Amino acid sequence: MMKKLVIGLFALLPTFVMAAGPSVPLMEANNDLTDKASLQRGAQLFMNYCLGCHQMQYQRYERTFRDIGIPTDIGQEQLIFDGSKVGSHILNAMDQDDAAKWFGAAPPDLTLISRVKSPDYIYTYLKSFYKDESRPFGVNNIVFPLVGMPHVLQELQGLPLPITEEVEEHGKTVTKVVGLKTDGSGEMSTDEYDHAARDITNFLAYVGEPSRLESESIGIKVLGFLLILFILAFFLKKEYWRDVH
Amino acid sequence: MAENSKAASGVVGNVINWIDDRIPMTRVWNMHIAQYPAPKNFNFWYLFGSLAILVLVNQILTGIWLTMNYVPSAEGAFASVEYIMRDVEYGWLLRYLHSTGASAFFVVVYLHMFRGMIYGSYQKPRELLWLFGMFIFLALMAEAFMGYLLPWGQMSFWGAQVIISLFGAIPVIGEDLTQWIRGDYVISGATLNRFFALHVIALPLVLVILVFLHIVALHEVGSNNPDGIEIKHKKGTISEDEKPKFKFHEYYTDKKDIVDAIPFHPYYTVKDILGVAGFLILFCWVVFFSPEMGGFFLEAPNFEAANPLKTPEHIFPVWYFTPFYAILRAIPDKLMGVAAMGASIVVLALLPWLDRGSVRSIRYRCALHKWNIAQFVVTFVILGWVGATPQTDFKTILSQITTVTYFMFFVLLFVYSKNETTKPLPTRVTK
Amino acid sequence: MSNAPVDNGRRRFLTIATSVVGGVGAAGAAVPFIASWNPSERAKSAGAPVEVDISKLEPGQLIRVEWRGKPVWVISRTPKMLEEMKAHEGQLRDPASEEPQQLDSAKNPYRSKRPEIFVAVGICTHLGCSPSFLQGGFGEKVEGTEDGFFCPCHGSKFDMAGRVFQAVPAPLNLEIPPYTFIDDTTIIVGEEEGVA
Repeated sequence: MMKKLVIGLFALLPTFVMAAGPSVPLMEANNDLTDKASLQRGAQLFMNYCLGCHQMQYQRYERTFRDIGIPTDIGQEQLIFDGSKVGSHILNAMDQDDAAKWFGAAPPDLTLISRVKSPDYIYTYLKSFYKDESRPFGVNNIVFPLVGMPHVLQELQGLPLPITEEVEEHGKTVTKVVGLKTDGSGEMSTDEYDHAARDITNFLAYVGEPSRLESESIGIKVLGFLLILFILAFFLKKEYWRDVH
Repeated sequence: MAENSKAASGVVGNVINWIDDRIPMTRVWNMHIAQYPAPKNFNFWYLFGSLAILVLVNQILTGIWLTMNYVPSAEGAFASVEYIMRDVEYGWLLRYLHSTGASAFFVVVYLHMFRGMIYGSYQKPRELLWLFGMFIFLALMAEAFMGYLLPWGQMSFWGAQVIISLFGAIPVIGEDLTQWIRGDYVISGATLNRFFALHVIALPLVLVILVFLHIVALHEVGSNNPDGIEIKHKKGTISEDEKPKFKFHEYYTDKKDIVDAIPFHPYYTVKDILGVAGFLILFCWVVFFSPEMGGFFLEAPNFEAANPLKTPEHIFPVWYFTPFYAILRAIPDKLMGVAAMGASIVVLALLPWLDRGSVRSIRYRCALHKWNIAQFVVTFVILGWVGATPQTDFKTILSQITTVTYFMFFVLLFVYSKNETTKPLPTRVTK
Repeated sequence: MSNAPVDNGRRRFLTIATSVVGGVGAAGAAVPFIASWNPSERAKSAGAPVEVDISKLEPGQLIRVEWRGKPVWVISRTPKMLEEMKAHEGQLRDPASEEPQQLDSAKNPYRSKRPEIFVAVGICTHLGCSPSFLQGGFGEKVEGTEDGFFCPCHGSKFDMAGRVFQAVPAPLNLEIPPYTFIDDTTIIVGEEEGVA
């Protein structure tokens, strides 16, 4: 078995072209980590719509509340649904094996999804569900074809309908989804839904790297300091090297 | 002990004398720093040696601190890295310093090696110095490779899987050898634990010893310089007024007459401080603002925990391995590919003997040599790019061409260096 | 260390200035290394305040809860115990709890917020063993006092308010942790009203 695996790997080496997935251009998320209101709305949406299936097993509630500006007691009351302590990780009670049976694969942990994929990908993904009766949950996704997940935000967005086109590909005629149109059944307008998708994206981007803003604020100071050191070192060097030149 | 500091008085002087009577502190300081004769014409390219030491220190310190919270097990490794990134105060900074430091190490070492190539620093009598450098490079590659497995992400796992499989190309023992390296039928916790042990103690120890030997060898033969000419002349051939006004250690002046030299300290220490400050500006910019460096320093699939049942779409080594990896991929035969990759590193170590010329610096060598080095740089960059991107038919051909031009550098050098038309060498260093 | 004869103010100024700035930089670089040794979020979460339900606590009973990895005792003191405590004050090292190993709110003869409920860290102030609760059997250690704590390691003795007796190795009274009554039947160990 090992031999096959190794041979298989080597067969891969020269043919890295691979199925690179659909090359759908991603929409720009334009999320802003300094926008605390957006992060808080994103957290709210995540806890309500995503956490049922997707955990954030490396991220703690308390730290999250602190970083995005939610007082601990309010967070405890309104954003922790399972009675967890504020110091605990953001987990759900779903059994991974059951989940794998229901969805074909266990719903991935979302702590680092914004770094594995990208905020743009998440934003595009959230906006790319469409009606497809051939799928188990009646929905498909443009950036993630044959997606195994229902459209959990359907009550907000409605269920977009695909705009299809017949295109020639490798001498065959195939039907391609080239765009989506709203079916108008959602609670939110298209604009509102875009905002909601951006808020969730923003929140996931924050959780992916919670140290980002702190890093940049320290970074500016460090660079300023190093610049002073550099200038001093420059004159020091020049001064000493007068002996040489 | 005819050291002038022996005359030191006062409390500090007494302490120094007390120590000097027991270990040669002042003697070593003078011999290797304060009275070490360094050519006065070092340029930008001579900063990378001290920078490499700086990065080594950074890697050792941050590495020690990371082990304080890292869990070396297949079950705990990935989570412990996220624990460091989220729960440990400043853990994210320690980790980014280490991950960025790994890439910075190779940037600095590649530039350091390139300096040696253009100024012929590997030529006689510095062959051993160059060889120690090559061993440092090899140890560094092993260190980086094993370190990359530790976060236990998808790229860690599959990258190691592919690289370890390379050993399977060796006839007869290959299969058993790969299994022995892994300690299992696949990469597993056993592999992780042995890589951890080697990464945190064995290889750093080897690296530090090699760096020590590298510097000992350097100080014994003396530094080369951008003109590639000797600054140490036969005793008695240089008149007193031509000699520099600085005091150098007798160890050097007793044997040779030295011209155009300055003491390493303070002249090159202040210059290196400037270099360090400049380097840190670039380094910290990456650490604080772009630790992923567009996926080159930290690859996106590595933010997903290792999954032995799911290969990422594309597997690439980190950027510093990609030129050699491209050579491996260029050859459509497993054994030959591995052999070519090995040869591409070994051939570098043979430079002192492949270059049969006696003129060292690119400044005074033939036009063909300049072109040859230029094409080598272009080749190296193209190989690096090809190795870091998905393969296409065009890139396969490109990598095959550049594999040829890579080795062609050494073949051509061997041929033309025998009877090379060089420019006349200056008798004293320029500038 | 310069070999050159030149020595002017500018050179000295630049050397000192660069050294000082470099030193500040080195100190700054040490911050993350030092700070990373502080308790992590995980440790803080594990050391978070603990809720204790005392509705089932019988008079004279001791229950142990774990707070920050240490045993914390919650004891319901009987009127007899409270009475006894006054008798042996002369034999105590620090009867009025002058030493600062407790919160101000517990600085009273009973060393507690409510006389009948006693909360203390159950670790001997000598070398960190956990003393045993000798209910009704303390008399053989201290005459006239039926209840108290005895440390099996080195024989230190404490009364029902955790006050240390004289002539034992332990130097201080038992530590009183921060705690708060949420209501009559629930206390939170690790959190003090008005104290963060």
